[in-house]
Amino acid sequence: MTLQKIIEILNGRVVVDAGDLNIDIRRACGSDLISDLLYFCSDSNAGGTILITGLVQPQIILTAEMINIKAIVFIRNKMPQEKTIELAKKKGVTLIVTNLSKFTSCGKLYMEGVESCPEE
Amino acid sequence: MRETIEGSFQLIGGNFARAGEASIELKRRLTELGLSEEIIRRVSIVTFEAEMNVIIYAAAGWLRYSITPEHIKIVVEDMGPGIEDVESAMQEGYSTAPEWVREMGWGAGMGLPNMKKNSDEFKIDAVVGEGTKVEMVINLSRGK
Repeated sequence: MTLQKIIEILNGRVVVDAGDLNIDIRRACGSDLISDLLYFCSDSNAGGTILITGLVQPQIILTAEMINIKAIVFIRNKMPQEKTIELAKKKGVTLIVTNLSKFTSCGKLYMEGVESCPEE
Repeated sequence: MRETIEGSFQLIGGNFARAGEASIELKRRLTELGLSEEIIRRVSIVTFEAEMNVIIYAAAGWLRYSITPEHIKIVVEDMGPGIEDVESAMQEGYSTAPEWVREMGWGAGMGLPNMKKNSDEFKIDAVVGEGTKVEMVINLSRGK
């Protein structure tokens, strides 16, 4: 589904619009562990993956860049830090904030047919 | 690309504000060389993990790379505490990271396993009280 549709499902607010809310998202990865993201979500399909996280530091943008993730959802209204926002603009990563928890965010997307990134 | 290309980055322990910059710069250089997305992804992951280990645990270190027509070799060497139990550190989920590092999203205990997973050759030497050296080779000629 499109990123725009995901924003609607999660009742999200766009904090950084990297320019294309119509990109196709097929998978989601919910994690607050950077190495887990690098380990499990870094295959060649990562471009169609959305990251759901509570990590608001700039390194989450570098992590996204390493594995080609184009959009990040921050849960529980966690606002990304100023430097995170600056870096996201520079690197072309769309940032979205939702009031939902990580569990609910993942659950809602799962119900709509979004798949998990590889389980192992 | 016929000749060997070499380079290095200095890493300063505790400098979280600039953490990841060496890996991003290397990724940019590899992209310029026109290497495949898959190779760039694997190099990015192993360098990012190794760079973060230096930032988190060591006083300082170096990330050196050499690119030949056959492979990319990454050597990350630090002046740090070393690793007491390398065998345990290679286990997925084993971590000695302090709580404040975990709060930043690091210290999942996947760093060294992740480096090994994405390398074709992986070697680690750690001397307690002196430092740690990680050598990784990623082959260009055939995928893993």
